[in-house]
Amino acid sequence: MMDFDAKPPLMRVQGLSCAYGSRTVVRDISFDLWPGEVLAIVGESGSGKTTLLNAVAARHTPSAGQVSFDLRDHGLQEIYGMSEAQRRMLARTDWGFVHQNAADGLRMNVSAGANVSERLMALGQRHYGQLREQAIDWLERVEISPSRIDDRPNTFSGGMRQRLQIARNLITQPRLVFMDEPTSGLDVSVQAKLLDMMRTLTRQMNLAAIIVTHDLAVARLLAQRMMVMQNGEAVETGLTDQVLDDPQHPYTQLLVSSVLQP
Amino acid sequence: MTLQTTDAMPMLQMKNLSKQFLLHLQNSTALTVLQNFNLTLSQGECVRLSGPSGMGKSTILKLAYGNYRASSGEILVRDTEGQFVDMTQASARSVLHLRSHSMAYVSQFLRVIPRVAAIDIVAEPLLENGLDLVSREQAREEAAHWLTRLRIPESLWQLPPATFSGGEQQRINLARSFIKPRPLLLLDEPTASLDPVNTQTVIDMIVQARSKGIAILGIFHDDSVAQEVVSRTVSMLPLEAN
Repeated sequence: MMDFDAKPPLMRVQGLSCAYGSRTVVRDISFDLWPGEVLAIVGESGSGKTTLLNAVAARHTPSAGQVSFDLRDHGLQEIYGMSEAQRRMLARTDWGFVHQNAADGLRMNVSAGANVSERLMALGQRHYGQLREQAIDWLERVEISPSRIDDRPNTFSGGMRQRLQIARNLITQPRLVFMDEPTSGLDVSVQAKLLDMMRTLTRQMNLAAIIVTHDLAVARLLAQRMMVMQNGEAVETGLTDQVLDDPQHPYTQLLVSSVLQP
Repeated sequence: MTLQTTDAMPMLQMKNLSKQFLLHLQNSTALTVLQNFNLTLSQGECVRLSGPSGMGKSTILKLAYGNYRASSGEILVRDTEGQFVDMTQASARSVLHLRSHSMAYVSQFLRVIPRVAAIDIVAEPLLENGLDLVSREQAREEAAHWLTRLRIPESLWQLPPATFSGGEQQRINLARSFIKPRPLLLLDEPTASLDPVNTQTVIDMIVQARSKGIAILGIFHDDSVAQEVVSRTVSMLPLEAN
């Protein structure tokens, strides 16, 4: 047993199930995620991957199971056992959430700068000069010209909006970021830039991420680990290259063989 | 595990290793590519896997790296603490740890994010997850050293390698592996698309790695390359019809 296995994971999911009424859409999912690890959840639409993401991100109360997160001072704590205020605090400090549709993750009618510094203001920072300075720093880190700081996101391209969402989330130095199809709907060239940026940022910040995607190539480039979902169940898990190059489950074999160049 | 005191320390052991692919989409056809394979690879050795294609040579490298999952048998890789870890039982997390510190694999294909510059791709293994041992600048300097040694023209360093020739991509792959030496090195036809000058450079690199005690398991299509780097050859035989 190596010493790093003795440390607790950043997040531990145990026996998680989700139901809409009598219909179970996520069934008995368990996994551990360690700091700096990127886990891709793949599967076709309707497989339950987005519901799973929402459940582990405290956005959809599960019907069974536990989701625990390593609070900096208190160790692993079950998130649905926390108070609403604690969960909200977690969501705006140690967690980030990048939506598929940027309009769901940004305020489209306020400036880019206000979007980026909102989480800092929510934490009580009030000094205008400092907020603006940090916003400029983050706009630069996601390759948006600081000259656009006073423009609203509805004047931005799709790729810029996604990068703005990332800056808005990462400004509080979270330890875990959830991403729901972050690159879909973008041009291929824009996708590549975003992938490069996400990979660089997760490495530099030792940031863990759970990424829902239907794109196996995105999963290969970003994630060390992968979970394949079908009809609400995890049919296969493992290292990303292992799952893609030596798929064991019939559904994974179908998924991999259906792609032009995974 | 008892260590041999007179011989060099074994770094990789494969015991009764078998690999079968079960093709669910082809009427559950079972394809056996490796059966009861045994191998011990020690420090400073370079073992050549030889035999016609389709004998499972690449499969052995992929099993050792954890890219393929074994059907049965053991794959023991020595970790940085000196303990053997069985790759067939190890968690995803410990396989990643072994890949980062204990073994390197040079495949025939370069698979990277499209937009990233060649020099950053080569430097990347030195910059991991916030725990950087070196600065970005130092990593780039080290990358520049390997790119120079492998004769990648400086005009290409800032370009993404997607448009590079096969031989250039292969050298990028070699550079990003050699930049971070690990005790076990897996090489899949490292000189397949290289000209004689670069082939000689790679031969020198392999010989140097061996002299530092790195254990190497490789596939070398070229006998003249093999003669210069290899200490032992393992011949792969056809499996009995199954």
